[in-house]
Amino acid sequence: MKREASRAISFVVNGAERTYKGPAFKRLIDVLREDFGLTGTKEGCGEGECGACTVLLDGKPAASCLVPVSQVHGRKVETVESLARGESLNPLQRSFLEEAAAQCGICTPGILLTAWSWVKAGGSADPEAVRKHLSGNLCRCTGYQSIVDAVVKTVKKRRAA
Amino acid sequence: MPKPGIAVGRSVPRVDADAKLRGVAKYIDDLRLPGCLYGVTVRSTIAFGTIRKVELDPCWPWKDAVVAGPKDIPGENCVAVIEADQPLLAPGRVMHPMEPLLLVAHPDRNRVWESSKHVQVSYDERDPVLTVSESLARKQLLRGTDNVFKQYLIEKGDVATAFAGAAHIVEGEYRTPHQEHAYIEPNGMAAWVEADGAIVVVGSMQCPYYVQKALKRIFPGRDIRVIQAVTGGAFGGKEDYPSMLAGHAALLALKSRKPVKMLYDRSEDMASTTKRHPSVVRHRTALSKEGRLLAQDIDVVFDGGAYLTLSPVVLSRGTLHATGPYECPNVRVRSRAVATNSPPNGAFRGFGAPQTLFAAEAHWEKIAAETGLDPLKLRRLNLVREGSVLATGQVLKESVSAAQALERVVARSSYEKTRRTHAVCNRKPGKVWKGIGLALVHHGPGFTGSGEVMLASRAAVALERDGRIAVLSATTEMGQGEATVLAQITAETLGLDLSLVRVETPDTAKVPNSGPTVASRTTMIIGGILMKAALKLKERVVQELGSFPTTTKGLKEAGRKLASKGPLTFEEEYRKPPEVVWDEAAYKGDAYGVYGYEAVTVDLSVDRTTYEVKLRAVHTSTDVGRAIHPELVRGQIAGGTVQALGWALTENAVFQRGRMSNSQFTNYVIPTFSDAPPIDLDIIENPYSRGPYGAKGIGELPHNAPAPAVVAAVRQATGLLIGDLPVLPEKICHGLLARRKAS
Repeated sequence: MKREASRAISFVVNGAERTYKGPAFKRLIDVLREDFGLTGTKEGCGEGECGACTVLLDGKPAASCLVPVSQVHGRKVETVESLARGESLNPLQRSFLEEAAAQCGICTPGILLTAWSWVKAGGSADPEAVRKHLSGNLCRCTGYQSIVDAVVKTVKKRRAA
Repeated sequence: MPKPGIAVGRSVPRVDADAKLRGVAKYIDDLRLPGCLYGVTVRSTIAFGTIRKVELDPCWPWKDAVVAGPKDIPGENCVAVIEADQPLLAPGRVMHPMEPLLLVAHPDRNRVWESSKHVQVSYDERDPVLTVSESLARKQLLRGTDNVFKQYLIEKGDVATAFAGAAHIVEGEYRTPHQEHAYIEPNGMAAWVEADGAIVVVGSMQCPYYVQKALKRIFPGRDIRVIQAVTGGAFGGKEDYPSMLAGHAALLALKSRKPVKMLYDRSEDMASTTKRHPSVVRHRTALSKEGRLLAQDIDVVFDGGAYLTLSPVVLSRGTLHATGPYECPNVRVRSRAVATNSPPNGAFRGFGAPQTLFAAEAHWEKIAAETGLDPLKLRRLNLVREGSVLATGQVLKESVSAAQALERVVARSSYEKTRRTHAVCNRKPGKVWKGIGLALVHHGPGFTGSGEVMLASRAAVALERDGRIAVLSATTEMGQGEATVLAQITAETLGLDLSLVRVETPDTAKVPNSGPTVASRTTMIIGGILMKAALKLKERVVQELGSFPTTTKGLKEAGRKLASKGPLTFEEEYRKPPEVVWDEAAYKGDAYGVYGYEAVTVDLSVDRTTYEVKLRAVHTSTDVGRAIHPELVRGQIAGGTVQALGWALTENAVFQRGRMSNSQFTNYVIPTFSDAPPIDLDIIENPYSRGPYGAKGIGELPHNAPAPAVVAAVRQATGLLIGDLPVLPEKICHGLLARRKAS
């Protein structure tokens, strides 16, 4: 039991190899926020309903409040902090900026990651399809329209480039 | 549409966007407080009764925990809002489920929850008052001699005589439920005590000076500093409750002598904090043969919950909007807010107006059903125009856009044609019935009546050493975009590039008291004060230098020259426009300086097998006076519309013995990306002469029209008038079964 708890869990966070030592069932969101200081990942409900804590796990959106850290050993985690490159925002963040798609901002990191997985996977610019892909993320401020516009715009720009 | 200025009328990037998009904006949960304890609240499990005994489980290790109760409160045991009837910690009597009884703090975030479960409370339980009818019947006396927190009466003309001569008399009753704000960031607060004894609180909130005012009575003789953290949504839900939470965190900090963080989880937040007041509104209406309003007799009852909190002012706004944006010669509105044994209801976007406007607008459907007159024609015949006289005697002098909003939304949504095609489709076999519904509403921005005069809000602009302009106000950013809009108004007034203006963090040690960030008052009222302050600064600089510089270098230079001759901060206070006259005692006059107007159509389908409602399209035409930032205005309208559609269709707060039993996102269902319809947003700009650059407040108006438009659309689809929100498939099912039985 003791040996179990002290076994290191290693995974890649935003491109860097990280090691975690501690209770194996600690939630991934708590490890990211408390152990690694990555507070961009937000908690909205703690039961996987709101999507505010969404991170990319091997490129796919996952609710980090439902993932015990032991499950990410050897895997790749991306958080909102990975999106911008230094001063410059990534194309999706830029669209969010232009469309005023972040209001209070608490759901934004999770929505950015879910949407980024769509953009990267070559998802379509059809607003209905975008809405469906994002329907696991709740936002109470925007009415969703500006976010859909921002994602559609990013997909279109990427196709044109 | 007016031409954009240097800053105003432009959809510039939000000043807070970059930090939020990078995930580096610091919300209260993100704040590092070394050595802090985590605080939790032990809450009542009964609705009404007295506490017999509170015991700490003797088998539990309490050594690292700090426990605070009513006896630890140095000053008054109250959370002062309008009155001070709500205790900070229930001293003996329990008035509602989830009422705070005791506080526990512990260095371990998980351990503290366990500790709180080892507090054993026993009660002498009494039979609670759970509905407004039980309250009015005085099942138990919870407040005064009649359970009524507040009542109002508006009278215009002679209602009785008008009914005697009416061609049509139509009666209806309409009900709306609790609504949870469901901001994605739950309430949270941190507090500590400085070496000099001053208390500092930081947290998620709308009104730093409300928190300060409340804490001064709990901790008399101490300096209280209140700082807003980046706030993850509020919608009225962080107007008064943060004062309670700040009091709790500060009390634990005082007792433990350590910083204390209190963060609610979703379920505690939903079950304990304020909701929209449930309402029961009855209409009795007299009309002429062709459908002209002759008399409106309206009775309004709001469920205030267990304590008074903000109910009188919520009720006031509800009362003043109860007639809808229509002119009627004879009006009587009687309204009451009553006490029940449930958590206090509070501020929520619209503040009482969505409830009474729901009734007013849904009632047109009843009138249409009983008279055979067309709901659109009825509205065209009765809507307010310039020169119309409202129930309080207010004459509408300018920026009256009811007709324009209505006609534009009717045209943009092809309302009349769609209504005809839906009618044809509904007569044929198919999978769904279709309906399109309409609503027309108004909303008075700013505090009601003499409210703004009493607030006497202050705001300032300062010329800083680095050659930038600082906007100093206690107005909080909670997502609506106030920081950007106030910076735009200031930049425009000074003729400066927006990058030269910064907005100070709302911190009672740094900014003047600008009143609360509520009531759609920020752009119109605080923006107006800042405009005057900026003009004062400009005048002073021009007086000294002959012109106003527009570069950092020039502003630095101006600062240096002016510094020796007096302060560089220019503060202004709200001044009431002389033509706005309100008599609070008689409840007559100009309840609001101006009104915003909105017309909405909702096009939907109802599944003929499951009765599920699917939103097809929503059109809004909204008069905002002037859109300081068009994209943010659209954000407010889209966000408010979807929030109101949730209230109309899916948000079903279930209360059992006074407690919300579905306090989770799993079963309290707010609209998702898939539920929300695409919205056609049409902005009308009819400027208000007293608003900065013509702006009227916009935050709340969008919550008023969508719900009655849904009810109207469901009526076209199914033939049922469901005047009791939310319009759940079960209600449609029961309505259809009842109709089949009756025929």
